[in-house]
Amino acid sequence: MAKRVMVKGNEAVAMGAIAAGCRFYFGYPITPQNEIPEYMSAELPKLGGTFIQAESEVASINMVLGAAATGARVMTSSSSPGISLKQEGISYLCGSEIPAVIVNMSRSGPGLGGIHPSQGDYFQATRGGGHGDYRTLVLAPSTAQENYDLTMLAFDLADKYRNPVMVLGDALLGQIKEPVELKPYRKKPPAKPWALTGCAGRPSQLLKSLYLADGLLTEHNWKLFKKYQKMRQEVRHELYRADDAEVILVAFGSVARILRTSVDILRDKGKKVGLLRPITVYPFPDEAVRAAAQAAGRLMVLELNTGQMVEDVRLAVEGKAPVDFYGCPPGTIPTPEDLAREVEKLWRKGGGR
Amino acid sequence: MYFDTIIAGFGGQGVLFMGNLMAYAAMEAGRQVTFMPVYGVEMRGGTANCTVVISDRQVGSPIVHEPQAAVVMNNPSAEKFGPRVKKNGLLLVNSSLVDEQYVKARTKRILRVPSLELAQEIGNPRLANMILLGCLVELSGVVSVADMVKVLPSALDPRYHKMIPANQAALERGARFAKENRGKV
Repeated sequence: MAKRVMVKGNEAVAMGAIAAGCRFYFGYPITPQNEIPEYMSAELPKLGGTFIQAESEVASINMVLGAAATGARVMTSSSSPGISLKQEGISYLCGSEIPAVIVNMSRSGPGLGGIHPSQGDYFQATRGGGHGDYRTLVLAPSTAQENYDLTMLAFDLADKYRNPVMVLGDALLGQIKEPVELKPYRKKPPAKPWALTGCAGRPSQLLKSLYLADGLLTEHNWKLFKKYQKMRQEVRHELYRADDAEVILVAFGSVARILRTSVDILRDKGKKVGLLRPITVYPFPDEAVRAAAQAAGRLMVLELNTGQMVEDVRLAVEGKAPVDFYGCPPGTIPTPEDLAREVEKLWRKGGGR
Repeated sequence: MYFDTIIAGFGGQGVLFMGNLMAYAAMEAGRQVTFMPVYGVEMRGGTANCTVVISDRQVGSPIVHEPQAAVVMNNPSAEKFGPRVKKNGLLLVNSSLVDEQYVKARTKRILRVPSLELAQEIGNPRLANMILLGCLVELSGVVSVADMVKVLPSALDPRYHKMIPANQAALERGARFAKENRGKV
């Protein structure tokens, strides 16, 4: 087994990035993700890398675009309001097909909101918060170990699809401390013949998102669409005690791990309940959710917002099984007992919808 | 095996370090563990607390409402967390600072620890937190004082490594106090 270290969730993200070969970080500070830039600022210079605290989020995402255009592995991180500011750049990364990793350790909104954990950015992350018809892959960790593992994976997927990949955590996942096994990164990053590396000895090439000539933009959008279709093969999820379940809970990230304990509490009381946790929230694990609905006959979605992922669950289920919802707006973090109680309440009500 | 605890007090009393050290020791002992600090827009002298969950399986919730054990180091913490300790749980009260009127709990297993006096006895009143941690470790039995001592170098910033022997002495003094008073809880 690789070395286990005790680290904050945020540090695990930074360690995963460095292990995957990220040598460029550009960001602007915001709670509750500051341990990421703090760690990068200490470690990147030692590795010959570059850390820049930019003058703003807008500047930092454009630095990401510039550095990534040269073929380097590049990351930025922020939290909700800061991620909103980066949206224009994310849209440009998608349009220009430039890979990069963007971490959102989300906090509560709308507006400045607060620094509590929240899953209120689900729509923004999975629909693409910027302009244009684009998608980003979105990975949703639920432990410090996954912060490390999925950040590594994010770099591979970004390069594979030439597309930005978002790691969507929250304040809870950034601030907890857990043992993390520092698995070594053994892959060889792919060649990037498209990168802008100086054109001596080869024809010049261009990375851009502006297509004005007749028909070119249509063609470009269909090309991107095909890529987004192909990304569907990256779908990932995890099941917990779902085998004989009569109700399957669906949740991601921090609330999913609180629910793991709720499932144990309910199982101890003889309630046959299981948990399905999407690990990719875009692409969404439609087939797994549909299969769970078919097997259990009933789903319940729980989120730290007033109802976002539940829409994807209902789309996946296509009305063939009841889908109930319980939401916790930011401010207090629900305990496993709170959530177990709410599940029982919904259960008693029956029906769904 | 499953154990959870909430440690609470004023910012500056070393509450988060106590939880951290326990988590490090649990990791070294090969367990799964999660340390969750409660942070906020806190000011100096405000309250701080942390939750530590130790298990031999993957830790689910890092949030615990009714802990198996709690250490309360000041009046507001005693008032808030004392009553939340499980019915047969363990409540350690920092009796050097907590007034008796704030000690309320469902559990009868309450140990009042004169942490400041015990820390003074070993020559450093600032190690009251390690006295209480020694008590918690001794009475809960999830990790040993020896486990804690072993991880002090990795949990403490190198700047404070000269304090390791003093921390060890405080942990051991706390554990001895707990042993002597085990009959009460």
